[in-house]
Amino acid sequence: MQRQVALIKQSLFDQGYLDEQFMELEELQDDANPNFVEEVAALYFKDSARLINNIDQALERGSFDFNRLDSYMHQFKGSSTSIGASKVKTECTMFREYCRAGNAEGCLRTFQQLKKEHATLRKKLEHYFQAS
Amino acid sequence: MARDGGVSCLRRSAEMMNVGIESAPLDLDEVHVLAVDDSLVDRIVIERLLRVTSCKVTAVDSGWRALEFLGLDNEKASAEFDRLKVDLIITDYCMPGMTGYELLKKIKESSNFREVPVVIMSSENVLTRIDRCLEEGAEDFLLKPVKLADVKRLRSHLTTKDVKLSNGNKRKLPEDSDSVHTTSLPATTLPPSPPLTILSDSSPSLSPVEMFSSSALSSPIDDEDGDVLLTSSPESSPTTEEESPIRRQKLRSPGLD
Repeated sequence: MQRQVALIKQSLFDQGYLDEQFMELEELQDDANPNFVEEVAALYFKDSARLINNIDQALERGSFDFNRLDSYMHQFKGSSTSIGASKVKTECTMFREYCRAGNAEGCLRTFQQLKKEHATLRKKLEHYFQAS
Repeated sequence: MARDGGVSCLRRSAEMMNVGIESAPLDLDEVHVLAVDDSLVDRIVIERLLRVTSCKVTAVDSGWRALEFLGLDNEKASAEFDRLKVDLIITDYCMPGMTGYELLKKIKESSNFREVPVVIMSSENVLTRIDRCLEEGAEDFLLKPVKLADVKRLRSHLTTKDVKLSNGNKRKLPEDSDSVHTTSLPATTLPPSPPLTILSDSSPSLSPVEMFSSSALSSPIDDEDGDVLLTSSPESSPTTEEESPIRRQKLRSPGLD
């Protein structure tokens, strides 16, 4: 069972879904707080779902307030960085660059990709936490 | 005005603790940190980092809440806040409403808390930002994501400064070897009162932090025109304890995020 967990984790790192920050968080777990990372992940997904919703609504309105979008993405990138969500973080960075360039098309495209990565990570982490 | 039962309850219990105290010995290891960050995830993480390094933590979600907690949000100088023991304030830079820099300035302007070390955290390695904060009196500037090594280094600073014994005498301990950005901080003159033991139980429940959460409206972040924005690569995080914030950001190579 342990080996299974180790393999799942290894593949998450190898495929670039997670970076070393995730390991930093695991280092903070102890007997009194054995599920700290899982708790943080739960908060992250709850928080980022809210942000995704906000961004979706902002994009649907059609008025590209790049400042506002960039602000949302700044938050998104921040929490993604803190949990070690590497691919999601990359998409956030790209989105922000499109914001700064005022490129609406790029924003929309990147956001679709971001949502995909976010959903994938969520599933993979659920699987990982279930196994461990 | 939003009623915040969370903060005022804690203050009352602090007052209650200080009335008719038996002389509880001041636990020199009990460092009380006020952490300020609008991001819920970051707040949880920094709180954990601090707890792991044996700090008591109060985490709030905005500069205004921090000022409220410190009793700096109104004009009246209340005597009870002399007894509020805060050993370190660590704050995010980019926050809606009041930035960490603005919070830093307000703390440094206050007579009660100006000597409390303030550390700024930021996800962006902006040289002018770092300089400005340090010039305003920030103790240190940490790049996010904050690591355990960063917090341990901060922690060791706090215990190798002048240490106050419960009888009020100062006892100098040898300073650690990291003297680059060490400033000799005068010990805060506080009567020996028990440290504020709020939110200090080690239960994994996250609800105490939620007490301070408010739905902060996001506003466009401070866009600093003309600043050189360097992004740090995660691999280049400093591991030695000797590095000063200024040295640290010079060592970081601008890399793609």
